[in-house]
Amino acid sequence: MNLRKVSAAAACALALSVTAAACGSDDDDSGDSGDGGSKDSITVGIKFDQPGLGLKEPDGSYSGFDVDVATYVAKELGYSADQIEWKEAISADRETMLERGDVDMIAATYSITDERAQKVDFAGPYLLAHQDLLIRADDDIAKGADLNGKTLCSVTGSTSAQNVKDTIAPKAQLAERAGYSECLDAVANGSIDALTTDDSILAGYAAQDENKGKFKLAGLNLSNENYGIGVQKGDEKMKSDIDAALEKMVSDGSWEKFMDANLGPANYDYEPAPKIGDIKE
Amino acid sequence: MDIISEYDSQILDAFWVTVKLTLLSGLFSLVWGTVLAGMRVSPVPLMRGFGAVYVNVVRNIPLTVIIVFCALGLADVFGVTMGARGNFDAQYFRLAVLGLSAYTSAFVCEALRSGINTVPVGQAEAARAIGLSFTQVLRLIVLPQAFRSVVGPLTNVLIALTKNTTVAAAIGVAEASLLMKEMIENEAQLLLISAIFALGFVVLTLPTGLFLGWVGKKVAVRR
Repeated sequence: MNLRKVSAAAACALALSVTAAACGSDDDDSGDSGDGGSKDSITVGIKFDQPGLGLKEPDGSYSGFDVDVATYVAKELGYSADQIEWKEAISADRETMLERGDVDMIAATYSITDERAQKVDFAGPYLLAHQDLLIRADDDIAKGADLNGKTLCSVTGSTSAQNVKDTIAPKAQLAERAGYSECLDAVANGSIDALTTDDSILAGYAAQDENKGKFKLAGLNLSNENYGIGVQKGDEKMKSDIDAALEKMVSDGSWEKFMDANLGPANYDYEPAPKIGDIKE
Repeated sequence: MDIISEYDSQILDAFWVTVKLTLLSGLFSLVWGTVLAGMRVSPVPLMRGFGAVYVNVVRNIPLTVIIVFCALGLADVFGVTMGARGNFDAQYFRLAVLGLSAYTSAFVCEALRSGINTVPVGQAEAARAIGLSFTQVLRLIVLPQAFRSVVGPLTNVLIALTKNTTVAAAIGVAEASLLMKEMIENEAQLLLISAIFALGFVVLTLPTGLFLGWVGKKVAVRR
């Protein structure tokens, strides 16, 4: 009898604290996000672990092409750099973060696909990337060469890994790892021939100080990836505002400046800036 | 549910790899775990020491670290290919079985050792008195009774192992959680796809638990 009372009381306390916690976080959410425009900050989802595109530096600052693009766009929307709140957007979470309103926009190597476009709206594209190979600087893989005899590495479950298995080289030996850095080690020590994913990501790794001169891009253009800025589904104003900002960014030369600053050291032969709404299949 | 019909054969293939990983690792860790348990109760101090160090080291290392070490350390650096050079699928599958077995055997060993402790000391003493050696005592008298009392704990270990096989995705073994990652990447439907795979694992582990629970009751030693 006594025990039952105690456990009932404990259950009540637990239930109360859970609801209290839930209310608390709700309040936080509505403070951060909203419709944009008249608020005093904007929340942007980026990658935290992708050198050259979106990287959280040890000192807590952020660097990379996606970061520069997002900062520029936010400025055009009326937010200064210190009004931007950065959030990590890991690949599997991106649609959910936008649907819930955790972030106002996402610039995180976000390829525009039909499946994703059903869940979120895309502004842009702002970059046309291609799947490519990163090989040791002293190695060579000719254009149009058969990749079936090669050993390749990519990140578990990624689109690039699936492309290799389904179309590019179904008979190639593909190692799938948790992150690109693990693949990079294997390529550097010779146990695997090449790391494969979007050339923009590869260029980011090749441009890192500790990797300079060790790797190079093969330049094979194996697929088209159109990076867009994700916004909440149905937010037409946000989308058109971002489109206008991206257009201005290209025309005033900032796009090329960001590209050279972040991915330049890799000798990355990038495509010219894509036109808004021009999605290459 | 067109997602299920689109991926149905792939889902079955992926779960079949999960089942193979579970059964092979389960088998190897049962054998190696039994040997370890034997070592931990043996009269030879060196063997006792080895068993204790192995169990305490291995069960305290995160499984992800063990599995990733199998790929990055054993395969990439030391060139251990498990007899499957040039065939990454087989190589990483076998390395995953190696890692899972090494890890799970520590838990099998401890479950079994607790079973050995349930066998009354008099049994071992009587066996020694009629002249049986240590291995004979263990093989003929103690272990058969110990196994019968640890079916329940070993079922726990097996269910944990089934779910631990998802860690093998970290080195690219094409089991269920790797397909889950691919489907989330392609379809952008996090919750639905996660629910499908959660259900898949329940379908695997629930009957395992019920069946072995029944077996455990059947074979339990009544004292």
